Amino acid sequence: MDRTLSGLGRWTGLFLLLIGALLLDLSAGAVRIPLREVLHILFTSSAGDETWLFIVEKIRIPKACTAVLAGCGLSIGGLQMQTLFRNPLAEPGVLGITAGASLGVAAVMLAGGSMATLYAIKELGGGGSWLVTGAACLGAAGVMLFVLMLSRRVRDNVTMLIIGLMISSITIAVTSIWQYFSNPEEVKEYLLWTFGSLGGVSGGQLLILAVTIVAGLVVAFLSSKMLDALLLGENYARSMGLTVERARLIIICSTSLLVGSITAFCGPIGFLGIAVPHLARGAFNTANHRILIPACCVIGSILLLLCDSIAQWPGSQTVLPINIVTSLVGAPMVIFLLLRTRKLKPF
Amino acid sequence: MNSTPLLLTRSLQTGYRSQGKKIVVSGQLPELTIKAGRLICLLGPNGSGKSTLLRTLAGLQPALGGEVAVGGKTGLSSGALARQISLVLTDRIGGSNLNVSSLVALGRYPWSGWLGVLSDGDRDIIRRGIAAADIGELLERKVHTLSDGESQKVMLARALVQDTPILMLDEPTAHLDLPSRIRLMRLLHQLAREMNKGILLSTHELDLALQVADEVWLLQNVGPLHKGAPEDLVLGGVFEAAFEKEDVHFDRATGVFRIHREGSRRIRLIVTATAGGALAAFWTRRALQREGFTVAEEDSGDAIVIGEQGGRPIWVLDAGGGGRQYNSVEALIEALNHLRLE
Repeated sequence: MDRTLSGLGRWTGLFLLLIGALLLDLSAGAVRIPLREVLHILFTSSAGDETWLFIVEKIRIPKACTAVLAGCGLSIGGLQMQTLFRNPLAEPGVLGITAGASLGVAAVMLAGGSMATLYAIKELGGGGSWLVTGAACLGAAGVMLFVLMLSRRVRDNVTMLIIGLMISSITIAVTSIWQYFSNPEEVKEYLLWTFGSLGGVSGGQLLILAVTIVAGLVVAFLSSKMLDALLLGENYARSMGLTVERARLIIICSTSLLVGSITAFCGPIGFLGIAVPHLARGAFNTANHRILIPACCVIGSILLLLCDSIAQWPGSQTVLPINIVTSLVGAPMVIFLLLRTRKLKPF
Repeated sequence: MNSTPLLLTRSLQTGYRSQGKKIVVSGQLPELTIKAGRLICLLGPNGSGKSTLLRTLAGLQPALGGEVAVGGKTGLSSGALARQISLVLTDRIGGSNLNVSSLVALGRYPWSGWLGVLSDGDRDIIRRGIAAADIGELLERKVHTLSDGESQKVMLARALVQDTPILMLDEPTAHLDLPSRIRLMRLLHQLAREMNKGILLSTHELDLALQVADEVWLLQNVGPLHKGAPEDLVLGGVFEAAFEKEDVHFDRATGVFRIHREGSRRIRLIVTATAGGALAAFWTRRALQREGFTVAEEDSGDAIVIGEQGGRPIWVLDAGGGGRQYNSVEALIEALNHLRLE
């Protein structure tokens, strides 16, 4: 009873933090809107200033939603990778999954060929989003399947991690070759995409992103029992009746769906995938995925909302690319975790 | 006692398939059975395929030939198999944020539903497993802080919680200190008897296995698998023959391996009929063997007479004409070595 209560306390604290981060994100930006006005707009859908109403409803709310979705998706992707590979440093990026998604997007943007094609894609609107999402998902899934194929021959985690990094390098190199032979306009477009942005997603695209992320999260949550079993390693998992190959496939699908779609819409966003699962384990002091998955969602959302607020701070006209901010915030956080616990606890 | 076997093999062959080639670890094995309430020890030198056989029986790796019937059925799905066989492996679970109670609760995996939510019945079984393995005081600990002995008990509790008729353990006594090894073996023996489980464990602890096993399966690097009651295998000379190939001598009379080769110096040991005489003679013989003596039955000149004085053994060395008396093995050995120098 005692423990459930303290658990409840932690959840309440996290939700308050989440609401705080959400409001901060809605209020921060090129045009700084006071918190009271933000609340007023949220509850009454009206404001003294029509511009503020427009900004909050058409720009900031979609952006905050994107941040929440991406925060959830990337954190869960990281958690799944860390458990699957039993490696505290695993994250989609380290294993080349983000690079795979980038390759997919590059293929559409660069080899999608001429500007004309690109415009055609853009004209398609929703269809175009599906194309980019699909390409990113395919790229992510392709790399991940390849990594897993190799992982079957490798038993120890460090080797697997190095292999993942190498695959990541190869994928990035292929993407670079593509960039090298593409014309500058297309490359610029692609480069902007790699900086990452939460702002570009709205309307139909947001709906697409939400559907894929929710689907990925549902799969992740339903696979939490498998993830728990995998904590003991493949042999024990198998001895408890888990079909390891099927579990792997389900987890890959979930991670690729989550990371692929986020990378497609927001560009590669680093460090969330590695940092958040450790924060969640620290906060709830558990290895149970039924608790860790929702915890990662909440903490990931808070972190990405905060990063997004920092990217806008303080009221300047320029907005820092989100990928830069998450790295600047996430890297010290991982170092801090390493120093504090001396040994990251992977599961 | 139920006499239909929990597990039965037919013309089983173990090994690996690698790039289309079969790498045979064990030739065709005799029919192996695991029965309820029986403890079987799987013995054999390193590389004789103990782990491979265990993993094959547990369904972790496919057999090269033949079949394994569990609960009378072959080709069980992994889920069904998990309700028949639980395992304690040598895999380490270190570096984990997992605490002991969650780890043990994971044993309910094959019985719980989609999300792994536990029922009251599950919790009851978990409580019993924790009590049986005596890990009540470890529950809040993180798995990576456990010592080897504690970790082994925790993994045993997890396997008990899986609540299967068959329990298999791969070298559960490795890395344990002597008291822990003995306690674990005693516990497994009790579990077999009281919970009527069929237990198979691989081990290098031959002396413990001889004491605790209802049946021994002896694997060799070369040659067939021998099985039977440990005493029958000893009396039949199977142990001696098996280990002679490894250049190790098994002493049938004492049930232990002899480290020291037979020495060239012969000495006679004469025991007077006293209360502690036989015991003193046993340990004196050990000391003499260590010093390179062969204890001979026939008269060989030198002799040691073990007697008793005031309830304690005394040794009289009858060598080189003189007859001196010693009151400890140490003093006796020193005198013998001194004699040799002269």
